[in-house]
Formats: sequence, structure tokens, C-alpha cells
Amino acid sequence: MHTADWKKYLYVLLITVAIFLTAFFVSNTLSNKKIEDIQTAQNRVSIDILSSETQFDLLSESSCETVGDTSLSKDLDSLGAKLSYAEVNLNDTNTEDVLWLKKNYTLLEIKDYILMRRLSSSCEEKPVFILYFYSNAKGACPDCQKEGAVLTELRKKYPGLRVYSFDYDLDLAALKTLVSLYDIQPNLPALVIHKQVGYGFKTIEEVETMMPELATLTGTTTVATSTPEKK
Amino acid sequence: MSEFLIIVTNILLFITLYAQVLLLFTFFEKKNVFANTGGGDDAPLQRYPIVTIVVPVWNEEKTLGGTIESLLALDYPKDKLDIIIVDDGSTDHTREVANTFKSHPEVRVYSKTNGGKHTAVNLGISKAKGEFLGCLDADSFVDKDALTRIVRCFEDPKVMAVTPAIKVHTPENMLQKMQSVEYDMGIFLRKVYGSMNAIHVAPGPFSIFRKEVFDKLGGYIKAHNTEDMEFAMRMHKNHFPIANVYDSYVYTVTPKTVKGLYKQRLRWVYGFLENASDYRSMIFNRKYGNLGMFTLPAAVISIFAALFFTGLAISRLLTSVWRKMVEIQAVGIPLHFEWPHFDWFFVNTSETAVVVYALSLSTIFVILVGKKLSEGNMRPNMNMVYFFFFYGIIAPAWLFKAVYNVALNKKTTWR
Repeated sequence: MHTADWKKYLYVLLITVAIFLTAFFVSNTLSNKKIEDIQTAQNRVSIDILSSETQFDLLSESSCETVGDTSLSKDLDSLGAKLSYAEVNLNDTNTEDVLWLKKNYTLLEIKDYILMRRLSSSCEEKPVFILYFYSNAKGACPDCQKEGAVLTELRKKYPGLRVYSFDYDLDLAALKTLVSLYDIQPNLPALVIHKQVGYGFKTIEEVETMMPELATLTGTTTVATSTPEKK
Repeated sequence: MSEFLIIVTNILLFITLYAQVLLLFTFFEKKNVFANTGGGDDAPLQRYPIVTIVVPVWNEEKTLGGTIESLLALDYPKDKLDIIIVDDGSTDHTREVANTFKSHPEVRVYSKTNGGKHTAVNLGISKAKGEFLGCLDADSFVDKDALTRIVRCFEDPKVMAVTPAIKVHTPENMLQKMQSVEYDMGIFLRKVYGSMNAIHVAPGPFSIFRKEVFDKLGGYIKAHNTEDMEFAMRMHKNHFPIANVYDSYVYTVTPKTVKGLYKQRLRWVYGFLENASDYRSMIFNRKYGNLGMFTLPAAVISIFAALFFTGLAISRLLTSVWRKMVEIQAVGIPLHFEWPHFDWFFVNTSETAVVVYALSLSTIFVILVGKKLSEGNMRPNMNMVYFFFFYGIIAPAWLFKAVYNVALNKKTTWR
């Protein structure tokens, strides 16, 4: 008296398909939510940068102490971490969105970098920053993972240090201009420190030697001032 | 992940989910092909037939006493009980322990030269007086209501064999506590399979058969050290239904050490694969109903799915260890350890992950239902934590070795 419940098998198949579709829907919704998350954070950073620029323009040189704000750089950091996670982990349907966000992020980095350069030329306390060019393309940069770890560690050690990371392969006109400005060859990783381009893997110690001013940064903000904030 | 791995992952996840849904669906359906399969009242039976219990024993002087005591304590008329101890050529004091029970009129003791468990059981069967007969390993103990509940199930004339609910006898260490969760899940599984007439193992401890089953099919035969599995398959081959009474409790001693557990499970999984191969004509054969279309294929696929997912997990683990090592090589071992702060953004929300979360939830549910069937409540305990964290780590070892042994035609041993 062996029997098979064909009807049940069919119902179960329908339920299983329904669960799979639901999983697909839930996953998609959450991915979109993550994209939105990045977008919101980017908008915030973008307003912050615009505000700093405007302040700088309004007050010119006297604004040194008000413009420097590490929280801005921190925001950029966490944005970068989220973006690289999204790049690897979000599904194919989001690829376009992620790419767009990455371009946006790169622009924000460049703008922040320009602002820092202006500060650096007109303020007494110099902001300290590194430009970092990497590539995610297979085999293009075997040392990039190590260099990334070094820079993350440096950021932890010197919270005032700014690291602007750029995906060398990103198709963005502003980035191409930056690359041609420093004449950066596709021999990655490449670090720009004090307007000098260095190729290949650099250890923590090597970077520290190249940037003696890092020592003055420990535990301070980017543009530390001895005077209290003026309103 | 490569395209190919993603496809295989999704197919296996789909099959796993399908099986899980089918089990839960059947559980809630409350349709049963058999009457009296447990959970009923303990009213007296209409009739108390003679039942023979064969206890095959080999060098089990320590546990044999307790096993026989538990049989003598069964809530069943003494003159209807026929207990046969078969000493399979023990070299310790098992024989003396067995003889101490000779004063009970319902106990008989036979001795023979060592020939393997199935030969001992067959000897017992040949001497049996009962209309029903079964076997109880000398490392297992029965609950006093177990037999009455099983015999009630035989009031349904279709039923040819009845399997009990097996629990771990006094789980002491972490490994045994982990197994107790697994056995409770087994109670759930056997209840569901029983209601579909799709049980593919009539386990050694206290599965009871109609005498005519042995008259028609013969006794146990040598079958890859998993004779109880072979016999169940032979019964199905001849369309003899096997039922389950989920509240007929039998307690069994389980391995205390990882090595002991490994050896036991290796024997089980290897035996299953070999028997499944011997009876492969039943797999995906509509003639054998739910057994052919679901239980057997699911049991085979689950072994390979588990191995695939383990391989995947190991390769992911190795990749992340490799990345970590590259980073340590670049910056040295971090002196300050920071707990990563939780951010939902970094929780894996891929479709695969969401399906895995759903599967985990339903597994937790099955564990809780198993506890309910076994102990009457659903309260979570530490045993479940042990099960969740350690079982998945150690089980692949014997699964892999069993498949390896089958592939290379290597035999397993009993102990």
C-alpha cells in the first residue's frame, strides 16, 4: 500500500517557489534600501563640502579653524567602506546604481581634496592627505589589498590623516583629469604624497618616513587650532 | 562565486527548502495512513498478544542488566512477554549477568559462538513464541508504556512493523547533549515519515514486527553492518507498511567521544549508501510511493548537499583567512582589538542568504517541535546551541568519509 501524495508534492512546490520569490523580493528591497542609504549619506557629505567651500569663500583666510572638520572625512571613510561592500556584494540588478554612486563618491572626494589643497596653501596648519590610486580589475594590482590595509591602519593611527582613494579604471572625466594632472601610470598601487607620485607597495613605516608631519597629527583633528572656535 | 557554483547552490537550496516545506506541510496536515500512531489515551488494549523481545548481546555486561530490568518493568502482562537474551559469544561476564535473570519465567537465555548481531537476532527469532516480535539492543532501555502504545498501533491490520521514538539515555557531556537534540529531531522526522508510510530504517532499539513478516521475508541478512536498514528496505520492497508511534519512548546510550560518534555515524551513512545502492531500483520509483519518490532520494541528496555546502563554507573561510593574512603581512598583527560595531548595512541580504535565513528558522522550528514531542515542552535550552554550532562542523567528516569509502569500496566496522 505505497502511495505518493502527488497533490501535496505540487502544493509544496508552489509554496517553495513562493518562498524563493519572496526571498528574491526581500533581498531586492533591502539592496535598494542600502543604495538609498549610501545616497543619503552622499547627499549629506555633498552639502557639508558645499558648506565648507562657501564658508571658505566668504571668510577667506580667517576661516582656517572653522573649515577643518574631521567628521567630514570620517563620513567619507564610512561611505567608502559601504561602497566597496556594495560593489562586491549587491546583486547584478544594482550594478548600475552602485557605479553611479561610486562616480558621485569620487567627485565628492575630488572636491574635498580641492578644498583641502586650498586650505593647505592659505592656512598655517596644513591638512595632511594622501591620494591613493587602485584597481579592482583582475590581476591589475596584486598589492592593492595590502596597500589598502596599510592606509586603513594609518587612518586608525592618525585620525587627522585624509586618504582619498580612487579606482583607476573608473570612467569619469574629472578623475581622468586628476590622473593626467599627476601623470599617473597604470602601475598600481600609486600614492601621491606631497604632489610626488610613488608606485608599488609602501609599508606603514615607509609612508611615515615620507610624511614626517604625521607625527604631529596623533590624536588631533586635521586642522588643529590653539584658539577656541570663533562664532 | 562562479556562475556554475551559483547555479548549483541555488538548485540545492531549492531542493533543501522543498524537503523542509514538505516535512512541515505533512506535519501540519495531520493526515495519517495509519490509525493509533500515538498521542492517544493509555486505556487498556482490547487484547494483549504475546510479544517476543530478542536482546542480542556481545560484551555488554555493564548495560545488559538495566536493559532487561526495563523490559521486566514494562506495563504489560508478564505471561504475554517473551524475553530472549542471545549471547553472541561474549568474552566478558555478559553470560553471568544474563543468567541472573533466568529466575524470571518470561526470560530465556541462549548462547552461541560469535557470528555478528544479525545471527544472534535470527537465533532469537527462531525461538520466538510471540505473535509480534522485536529486538532491543543491550545498550537501550524502554519506557514502561512503550510496548502497550506500540501494540495498540497493531490494531490497525495494515501495520506490519512499528518503530518507536528514540531518545538519548541520560545525556551527560556536550556531545551527548548535542545528540539528544538530533534524536528529538529524529522523533519529528520519523513521525512525519511514519504518517506517509515512508520510514526507511526500522532501528535496532525496539522496532516491533508482526511474526509473519519474518515468516514471509526471512530473517536478517548481512548488510553492510546496517542490517536494520536493509530489513526495512526489504519490507518496503514487498509493500509491508512500517508505522511509527511517536510517544513510545526508548532510551539509548550514545557515544561519549567524538571518535566513537564518528565511527558509529560512518557505519550508518556508509550502510545507508550501500543499502540504497542495493535497492536503487526503488529510488524515484512511483511503485514505492512517498518512500521511492521522496524519502530515499531526499536522504541521498542531503548527503551530497551537505558536502557541497561544507566545501563552499570551507573555501569561503579559507579566502577570508587568506585576506586576513595578507593584511597582517602588510601591517602586522593589530595590537588594539576592536569589536566591529553592528551596522545592518553589512548584513548579507543576497537572495541566497535570505533563503538560508528562512531555512535556519524552519530548522529551529523543527528542533523545538522535536523537543515538544520528546519532552512535552518547546523551551529552548543549551543543547540546541551545541547542536547548532557543532553538529555542522563535525558531521561533514563522517559524511565525507562514508562517500569516500563507498567510492573506493572500503568496508566499515562495528566498533
